[in-house]
Amino acid sequence: MTEQQIIDLINSSLVEEFELDPASMSPDANIYEDLGLDSLDTVDMVIVLEGAFKFKIREEEEIREIRTLGDIYRFVNGKSHQIKRK
Amino acid sequence: MQLKRVVITGCGSVSPYGRGVDTLMEGLLAGRSAVQNFPDLAAIGGLRTRVAAKVSGINPKEIPRKDRRSMSAMSIFATMASQDALAQSGVTTEQLTSGRLGISLGSTVGSTKTTEELFRDFFTDSSLERMKSTIFFQIMNHSCASNVAQALGISGRLLAPSAACSTGCQAIGYGYELIAMGKQDMMLCGGADEFHPLTAATFDNINAASVGFNDSPSCTPRPFDRARDGVVCAEGAGVVLIESLDSAIERGVPILAEIGGFATLSDPRSIANPNVEAMERCMRLALEDADLGADEIDYINAHATATEQGDIAESEAISRIFGELVPVSSLKGHMGHTMAASGSLELIASLEMMSRGRLVPTLNLEEVDPACSTLNYLRLVQATEIDTFVKNSFAFGGVNSSIVVRRFTHD
Repeated sequence: MTEQQIIDLINSSLVEEFELDPASMSPDANIYEDLGLDSLDTVDMVIVLEGAFKFKIREEEEIREIRTLGDIYRFVNGKSHQIKRK
Repeated sequence: MQLKRVVITGCGSVSPYGRGVDTLMEGLLAGRSAVQNFPDLAAIGGLRTRVAAKVSGINPKEIPRKDRRSMSAMSIFATMASQDALAQSGVTTEQLTSGRLGISLGSTVGSTKTTEELFRDFFTDSSLERMKSTIFFQIMNHSCASNVAQALGISGRLLAPSAACSTGCQAIGYGYELIAMGKQDMMLCGGADEFHPLTAATFDNINAASVGFNDSPSCTPRPFDRARDGVVCAEGAGVVLIESLDSAIERGVPILAEIGGFATLSDPRSIANPNVEAMERCMRLALEDADLGADEIDYINAHATATEQGDIAESEAISRIFGELVPVSSLKGHMGHTMAASGSLELIASLEMMSRGRLVPTLNLEEVDPACSTLNYLRLVQATEIDTFVKNSFAFGGVNSSIVVRRFTHD
């Protein structure tokens, strides 16, 4: 999966789950302030990403630091590379 | 203790005819059946009925996502019906959030569809890792009441009566009692339910669901009719805004009717079978609460679901109290049995009959079952001015409820 494919899959998954405007999906968009997600949504966001990328990330410390879509792109990209290396 | 008078100032309906009280009344007065054949029910092993009456023509996305994410269909129906009742009653945001307005709203169970989806996934590998955060909020016993309160900002008391088919009637009755006692000024009250094949199976399993009209769905159910063969399950929500007379006068809003009396009781003889004496006692207690004699009741909106035992027992109980002259009809023939919503939806329809001076008959009642008592069964729309009516709801679990409603006068 290329980096762009990863970004596209993250965007489409989140747009569908949280009924977001595709035009608002920019790397600097804050998931709370700009996209309007809250604590319940972030629980579901993890489940949606786990379903889309077939990995387990719930216990990852790094998730707690996510603030922007760009953070998610970097996190998922890194996780995909990790899995590939294994 | 001086009890307060309680009046109805708003109604909201989401029925198998669609959204709105006018939509409901158009369907009922036109004698149009809302029952349809659903071929996908054939996929359920052992289920013989293929008919139901489902809600269509609403747009759930009118409700913001953050409110809607914890809602199954029944909460969506209830929220829309509540919004319409509040709008008709002219309730302001300040009143909604004052703590003096509460909610009494129930369903038969939490969402069966959501429960099914949860366990279908869980049973694949016994893992709950895929369980979304809002699943639980859709399957709680008080999901409807909580979701409506959250969506609308209600901060008064919250009750979620759950007594199967008596739910809607009980919810209004308990709200009425809270206001009469002065505990709340206003209450949003009613019932809601969503169709699921398991609901139909509950009735089919005990041979109480309609199975003989799968190819002619508009001919069933047939309350009181000789050829009736059982319940047709339906869905929807009926919600009324009730308040103390003082509150309505102070707000200067139109009063639609007054709740005269209410009764509910447990019938411990059987968890499944209706009983004439218990039904009779319930209606008599409601009349007593309303301080009205049987001869002062102008119309009876029966529970009558088109089961063999239920219709016979209710007709006998009505006959014992009211005799043969009072007009009687059941709305199940038009839109099936909306379960927890039936008591409140049918009360709203009866209220409209009172304001329009037109009584809706029992659809599909062609030949009264000789086993049913002789009553004034309505077969056609009848232009009649009524000032009072009784709404009955009798439920599995041995729960009976009756409400007496009367035209409001200042005396």
